[in-house]
Amino acid sequence: MTTGKKTPLYDTHNKYGGKIVEFGGWQLPVQYAGIIEEHHAVRRQAGLFDVSHMGEVSVKGPQALAYLQRLVTNDVSKLADHQVQYTPMCYLNGGTVDDLLIYRYAQDDYLLVINAANIDKDWTWMRENSVGFDVALTNLSDQTAELALQGPNAETILRLLTDAPLDKLGYYWFYPKVIVAGKEVMLSRTGYTGEDGFEIYCRPADAAPLWEALMAAGREHGLQPTGLGCRDTLRFEAALPLYGHELSAEITPLEAGLPRFVNLEKGDFNGRAVLAQQKADGVKRKVVGFVLNERGIARAEYPVVKDGRRIGSVTTGSYAPTLEKNIGLALVEAEHGKIGENFAVEIRGKAVAATVIGKPFYKREGK
Amino acid sequence: MNILQELKYSKDHEWVKIEGNRATVGITDFAQSQLGDVVFVEVPSVNAAVKSGAGFSVVESVKAVSDIYAPLSGTVVEVNEGLTDAPETVNSDPYGEGWIAVIEISDASEVAQLMDADAYAAFIQAGGE
Repeated sequence: MTTGKKTPLYDTHNKYGGKIVEFGGWQLPVQYAGIIEEHHAVRRQAGLFDVSHMGEVSVKGPQALAYLQRLVTNDVSKLADHQVQYTPMCYLNGGTVDDLLIYRYAQDDYLLVINAANIDKDWTWMRENSVGFDVALTNLSDQTAELALQGPNAETILRLLTDAPLDKLGYYWFYPKVIVAGKEVMLSRTGYTGEDGFEIYCRPADAAPLWEALMAAGREHGLQPTGLGCRDTLRFEAALPLYGHELSAEITPLEAGLPRFVNLEKGDFNGRAVLAQQKADGVKRKVVGFVLNERGIARAEYPVVKDGRRIGSVTTGSYAPTLEKNIGLALVEAEHGKIGENFAVEIRGKAVAATVIGKPFYKREGK
Repeated sequence: MNILQELKYSKDHEWVKIEGNRATVGITDFAQSQLGDVVFVEVPSVNAAVKSGAGFSVVESVKAVSDIYAPLSGTVVEVNEGLTDAPETVNSDPYGEGWIAVIEISDASEVAQLMDADAYAAFIQAGGE
């Protein structure tokens, strides 16, 4: 029996044959036609995801920017109006509270998009950290639904439903208010699959009509409903971190291999002292990519061993449908993380040989 | 859901085809549909001794690792090497080319504990657990 909250698209998922599972406190489809078929659809044509479970927090006020600069590791001052930024958010000890997207409407007005399973924890942390700042925080998670249209045909499909100039919308930019299929939405050129695509934020009541309109418009362009299963294999091939796997309270963004999103020059922020030290000394552990040289599939938490000694753990491992290889990400002692280094992954007690390879495993061509 | 009349079934969703003292074993159509895309099958070793109810093979789908339990005790006399290169056969032809292993039965009385097709259909109808 599945438990958990339903998104506004719950009935739609059942109608489209979604196999529902519990994820992060929500009932969501893990797959429709099958994970591999859906994975290929997103890489080759397009897929439509329900990501309404994600959380949204509005940050407004004269000190919104100063507050965010203290809260997250990236340099929020680099954002222009209507631009989006990915950033980790850290504890004082450098461990990661969550990773999120920051949407800037104006210098005093932002929207933060956070992971579903972390909404309560993040909300508490954000409020605690707002003391002393002239900001107003509002948790909009229950008032916001979100669809992700991902894949090379995403723009072609969306163009059938909106007059918004999609060709002028750059990667990680957004339109705060546009009409898609007759509904007013916020539209961004973002996503977490390694493909081009859009995320559509809307009122919960508009989610199902938007889904149906997108599916109808996408019929001729290979659009398929897609579930959590292929969302994971897609983001994994693109080596995008998943909270609870590559990032956690015990893993800093530098250990996760995200130095691009940690700006030590911008002034003080939560975790800065620890992260500055890690940057100066070099990290002791880091997330690396690997390929298995023998048959088997590495799974999260399997031990990584070298010369009979445990040097780390797998954080994500899977068959990679686009690459047709069994690969993984692992948090290992940094000295064993160089490309070409060999170690073994213990799969059901048996050491299976693996070699460190570069990340991302998959990168789309073009823009 | 395809359930073949001529086969026997276990509560762990394996099918068994009995021929004399040999039992060919695979996973049912229901089991493969629950697992989703199968990407790896770890077949048992030939000559391995297996015990009814104990794990003897592992089937991995994209999302999950699943133990396959021996429906009967005995000795593995043949394994489906074809699954090494084409694990997806378990999805496409679970009762045919997707078979996993042949067991030489050591305790014929265990066969009576398996379900027939009608009982297995009712078992799935009731939730299959």
